[in-house]
Amino acid sequence: MTSGRTVVDIGSVGDPSARRDRQSRGTTPRAPWWLWAGALAIVLPLAIAILALGLRVFDATDAAWNTLLSSRTLSLIWRSFLLTTLVTVSATMIGVAGAWLLSRTDIAFRRVWGVLFTLPLVIPSYVIAMVLISSTGRRGLISEAVGFEIPSLVGLPGAWLALTLSTYPFVYLITSAAMHRTDPALEEAARGLGASPTRVFRTVTLPQLRVAIGAGALLAALYTLSDFGAVSLMRFDAFTRVIYAQYSGRLDRTPAIVLSLALIVIAGVIIWAEYRTRGRGTVFSKTPNRHYTMHHITGMRRVAALGSLSLVVVVGTVLPLGVLTAWVVRGISNGAVVSIPWNAVFGSLSGAGLAAVVAVVFTIPIVVLSVRYPSRLTTLLERSVFVTFSLPHITIAIAVVAFTVTWLTPVYQSMLVLIVVYASMFIAQSVSSAKASLLQVNPQVEDASRSLGRGPLATLTKVTIPLMKKGLLAGGALVFVTTLKELPVTLLLSPPGFSTLAVRTWAAADELLYARAAMAALILIAMSVIPVYYLSIKPREVS
Amino acid sequence: MADPLISVADVSVSFGDVVALDGLTFDVPVGELLTLVGPSGCGKTTALRVIAGFQGASGGTVTIRGEQVVGEHVNIAPEKRRVGMVFQEYALFPHISVGENVGYGVRGSHRVERVSEVLDLVGLVGYDTRFPHELSGGEQQRVALARALAPAPDVVLLDEPFSNLDAPQRERMRRELRKIIRAAGVTAILVTHDQSEALAIADRVAVMRDGKIVQSGRPDVVYRTPVDPWVADFLGDAVMLAGTVNNGTVATVIGPVESDLPDGSAVQVMIRPEWIKPTKSDTGTCTVVDTEFYGHDQRVEIRLADDDTVEALVPSLEAIHVGDTVELAILDAVIYPA
Repeated sequence: MTSGRTVVDIGSVGDPSARRDRQSRGTTPRAPWWLWAGALAIVLPLAIAILALGLRVFDATDAAWNTLLSSRTLSLIWRSFLLTTLVTVSATMIGVAGAWLLSRTDIAFRRVWGVLFTLPLVIPSYVIAMVLISSTGRRGLISEAVGFEIPSLVGLPGAWLALTLSTYPFVYLITSAAMHRTDPALEEAARGLGASPTRVFRTVTLPQLRVAIGAGALLAALYTLSDFGAVSLMRFDAFTRVIYAQYSGRLDRTPAIVLSLALIVIAGVIIWAEYRTRGRGTVFSKTPNRHYTMHHITGMRRVAALGSLSLVVVVGTVLPLGVLTAWVVRGISNGAVVSIPWNAVFGSLSGAGLAAVVAVVFTIPIVVLSVRYPSRLTTLLERSVFVTFSLPHITIAIAVVAFTVTWLTPVYQSMLVLIVVYASMFIAQSVSSAKASLLQVNPQVEDASRSLGRGPLATLTKVTIPLMKKGLLAGGALVFVTTLKELPVTLLLSPPGFSTLAVRTWAAADELLYARAAMAALILIAMSVIPVYYLSIKPREVS
Repeated sequence: MADPLISVADVSVSFGDVVALDGLTFDVPVGELLTLVGPSGCGKTTALRVIAGFQGASGGTVTIRGEQVVGEHVNIAPEKRRVGMVFQEYALFPHISVGENVGYGVRGSHRVERVSEVLDLVGLVGYDTRFPHELSGGEQQRVALARALAPAPDVVLLDEPFSNLDAPQRERMRRELRKIIRAAGVTAILVTHDQSEALAIADRVAVMRDGKIVQSGRPDVVYRTPVDPWVADFLGDAVMLAGTVNNGTVATVIGPVESDLPDGSAVQVMIRPEWIKPTKSDTGTCTVVDTEFYGHDQRVEIRLADDDTVEALVPSLEAIHVGDTVELAILDAVIYPA
């Protein structure tokens, strides 16, 4: 044997993950063409529309460039930046503090608190915004109830509060999931060396959680930057609201397109910044579910802890549900027409349902390619899915409108396009959920099926898909819930006559028809609770 | 000799800079049970995966029943090779019952019959409705074997089939596996890193090193006449003694050994511990310094006249104790040029 070459016995290693890793190199079998066909069918249309949007810059009019370079745009960037920063900081503080209190201290009913803490996930940001607007100010519900005027929450403070309540659960979920995976021995060692609970948190726990907190903060920041519903109701001129105004109020769509591209660039900068600050300092425990020492908090600290947890739950969950119910009751007693909007219910169910089904079906080829046939191309495929997920929805909507109106007029504002856009926007959620499932499946099981005479397609349908069923269903539920809440894409791409509960809630709230908005919002929340309950509100890892 | 059922010729596989198979060549005649044995990292599992079709080769050919399945521009899909495989971790389908597992590769009307036939063969009658997670390791192993045999393949490949069993189960399964494979009349290639397992179960054993076969033959022959000191040492305990040929013999510290090599050649003499026969003698120049009594035999450590020590494996009937003086006789030896 030539010196310098090493020989490795592929597979005599007991660890299946090591085997998988090694298989990936060298003469790996090629993926069947139909996997690629399936994956590209869902990824390419949106990618092409977005790239086409980029090319539009070249035929932008002078007026469009003036829009972009005007001092108005600069102040727009400043306002979006300010809002995003404020929300990210406050959501991160609430999320991390909540995660620590509920997974590292001996506060009673931690499980119940944990569920209550994640409930705002099913309340869309524009519903929280509407609740805040309609309950404060001169004629606000709370002002009337308490008998004096509570200052009205609109503009920046309102948007800040509404979006903080909408986004802190992301930070909370990701951080507490990571807390459950850290090695308790490290914290115990620090305690044993005489460090106080706060010092342990600061010097041992927090550094291990940096990546998780960063990921949660990134989600909060991107959510805020791309949120349209809350800022538009709050009359706060952030990017998305201005883009929508530019789009709907003018014949020339180029200014909206130019601003959309600017927004994409800003989102890219945030993702890049988070990526750059990501360290390698995380050490996860090899034996999960080990026992953690719970800190005992007493006296004033306990009161303060319970008080702040309650405040978050009251403002984020109790208040919205209470105010919505109050509006419905008041509407009915005033004789206003508060009927169940069947058209919107049907629209929401069919839109979100079809989107979930389409997303799940196309998740299969993407996940199988990325797990079983890892290569540069499949990595690129997976990345593109996540990039799409992080793009502001209003820019996706603008891109698709611009593309279909020019090149695909027959399907412009058709149900087909709407469903495809929903599915490809949110497929990242089902991809990460299904990927986690498939990684648990020993690839030898698929090899066994092949050696027993079944081809790749039969192996996929009889072995692989049944074994990743749980992940696919959970992913489908996530896509369903996210689509239910979706607003800007639905506004811009719906076929004539098509409506959803989200659109109805937002439009009614915009016209100050609160009883009507509250009815739609309550149904919307009820519809999201079911699949979220199915997902059992476990701390999930969001990649 | 009839045409071999499987013929592997000059197969090479690399993973980047890492060479897993380096011109691997061997034939397996119909009905033979061949074991591929080698230290971990020698490429034996890769060899199985190439034959089964899970791994492509960068060079060489594989022929099964006269049909080329691996070759230049040829790589027949695993499902078309009619090769059964038993995986190291069994790889049973966790979502379907034992019966459905076993019947997975069987098509046609005789499916039910065939499932109970094969379950009977492996001694698991009545297990069809159970699920894989309800079975012990040994039972899972049998299901895996039954599943591989059910479509009546011409050849079965077994990848470290005993590595997930505990020691007593392993020995029992080894004997049983051999019987089942005989009864099924199937040709088999078994991969293992355990040399005693390889020798015990095989019709023929092939020793692999660095991605190729260094020696193959009947287990007793390979054990008794290893081609080089590495194989000798890999297959069992070996005492290595240096010496020089003089008048057709090598004088070792234990005693003289005959050699065909020309006078003056420096050689290494390989003697297995059970080839050394100590006899108690008051005039002996060697002393027993330690014994380990196993029951079926005993290991005896002996200090030689020059203060070196050697180990001998002695039948248990031989009464031999620490402090005894002995004479040594050499029953057999293999000589390698140094």
